[in-house]
Amino acid sequence: MAQFPPTVAEPGQDGTLVLNMGPQHPSTHGVLRLVVEIEGETIVRLRPEIGYLHTGIEKTCEAKFYQQVVPLTDRIDYLCPMTNNLAYCLAVERLLGLEIPPKAQWMRVLMNELTRINSHLVWLGSSAMDLGAMTVFLYCFREREDVLRFYEMVSGQRMMSSYFRIGGLALEPPLGFFEKVKKFADRFPENVDEYEGLLTGNPIFTRRTKGIACLSAEDAIALGAGGPTLRASGVDIDLRRDAPYTGYENFKFKVPLRTEGDVFARYICRVEELRESIGMVQQALAGMPEGPIKADAPKIVLPDREKMKTQMEALIYHFKIITEGFGVPAGEVYQAVESPRGEMGYYVVSDGTAKPYRVHMRGPSFANLQSLAKMCEGQLIADVVAAIGSIDVILGDVDR
Amino acid sequence: MPLAAPITNIEELKSHPALGRLMAWNASVVQAAKFDREELTIWVEKDAIREACALLRDSADCPFNYLADLTCVDWYPSEPRFEVVYHLLSIPHKERVRLKVRLDGSSPAIESVTSVWPSANFFEREVFDLFGVRFTGHPNLKRIMMPDDWEGHPLRKDYPVEGYR
Repeated sequence: MAQFPPTVAEPGQDGTLVLNMGPQHPSTHGVLRLVVEIEGETIVRLRPEIGYLHTGIEKTCEAKFYQQVVPLTDRIDYLCPMTNNLAYCLAVERLLGLEIPPKAQWMRVLMNELTRINSHLVWLGSSAMDLGAMTVFLYCFREREDVLRFYEMVSGQRMMSSYFRIGGLALEPPLGFFEKVKKFADRFPENVDEYEGLLTGNPIFTRRTKGIACLSAEDAIALGAGGPTLRASGVDIDLRRDAPYTGYENFKFKVPLRTEGDVFARYICRVEELRESIGMVQQALAGMPEGPIKADAPKIVLPDREKMKTQMEALIYHFKIITEGFGVPAGEVYQAVESPRGEMGYYVVSDGTAKPYRVHMRGPSFANLQSLAKMCEGQLIADVVAAIGSIDVILGDVDR
Repeated sequence: MPLAAPITNIEELKSHPALGRLMAWNASVVQAAKFDREELTIWVEKDAIREACALLRDSADCPFNYLADLTCVDWYPSEPRFEVVYHLLSIPHKERVRLKVRLDGSSPAIESVTSVWPSANFFEREVFDLFGVRFTGHPNLKRIMMPDDWEGHPLRKDYPVEGYR
């Protein structure tokens, strides 16, 4: 195991210059403050200071019914709302012992992979812009707009979708939805070629990323890094393949792996993941089963509007769920899913009542941020920007 | 899929690599174990947590080398009040285990596992900040989410959701 210094030195103690990067800094992707100690242009120590975006979501969850927590989960990692929804819903469904119909599962995979594409596109655009490649940003946001339109089609919301609910999905996808996604999926690989054409062989980009901010496999595990940050260091783990959830076992995909552990390796891993994700979208479209989108559990899943107008029981159940919630058998579940940034875990503890006793989110960005100091120490200050970009940190996910 | 009844008999659960390893090392550190909803929970003696974690990390047949999560649950007003929860993952074997340590409500303190996994640093600071559990041997035990001059620990159950006014 790697050795790390046991104590954290006070800033500036050995004659170094202390520099604050952030919390308002365009390259920190949110409100992240880095206390950087430099000697000349070399970084001696780097310490992330977080908490500027802390909203106490975990505390709020304890005061809500189980179904009311879903919209809160969107706001944690705001670039992948559906992944958060999914992790929370899966955790509660496991607590309840609820079975989800196949169509809902396939839709969840489809939307999840679109979410991954959305998140990776924002990452690619913004981190390339940090390194001076302006055009990629515009191209990426062009395609991201298409994905946001799909969000809007299924849920009525572009970003905070809350589309997955406990027991299934909120709504049936609208007419023409699958055709539009198909059209997008057919065209998207060419778009990825376009981004790669601008970056992969670009001498400026490669010189700013190759051999920069390296992280060994040993350090990556010890520091709790996840997702592409971990896989770029050569650690072969992807929860979609290794611990399949919501029907991922039916899909074929490769897990991109690199061994260099530098910024460029992380870039390649994510770009490859874009291609794999679009492959999974194609598979989900081709094999989309027919059937209901909600589990047959009237005490937990809200009834259809139509039924409420014609059936007395449906109206009663609706009233009961809205006013009293539903009890969840006592117990605890840790549900981990593979978010675009790594392992996103929801730890839900139930005491048998209609409100969760404790909801804890294991944010992948929170864990990834710890590896930043190891990556940057001894490097040049200009490379910090590349390093922050490469771990794809989302401050909503860090601070919760 | 109806819920299966939880298994709490330690002898029945010994086949799990984490529990088997801990029992072979020192059976007295295992207070209880439970297998519920496909997840194994082991309650570990408070004083042995760091050694138990180091043992599981270095275990030859199934090393739990990745600290996935570290958090805390407040069972106020019952005693022991706090449960510190460790979620471990074995990357080579894709196995998971949950360790739990029970702590008393009056000045809760436990040994830090930052020497086993440096990644515990932020997680322990978060638990310290939001629950007021002290981690002895932690290199930089300061508030992480709340401002440094904040009073109280927001995730404790006796802390009102709206905060103190």
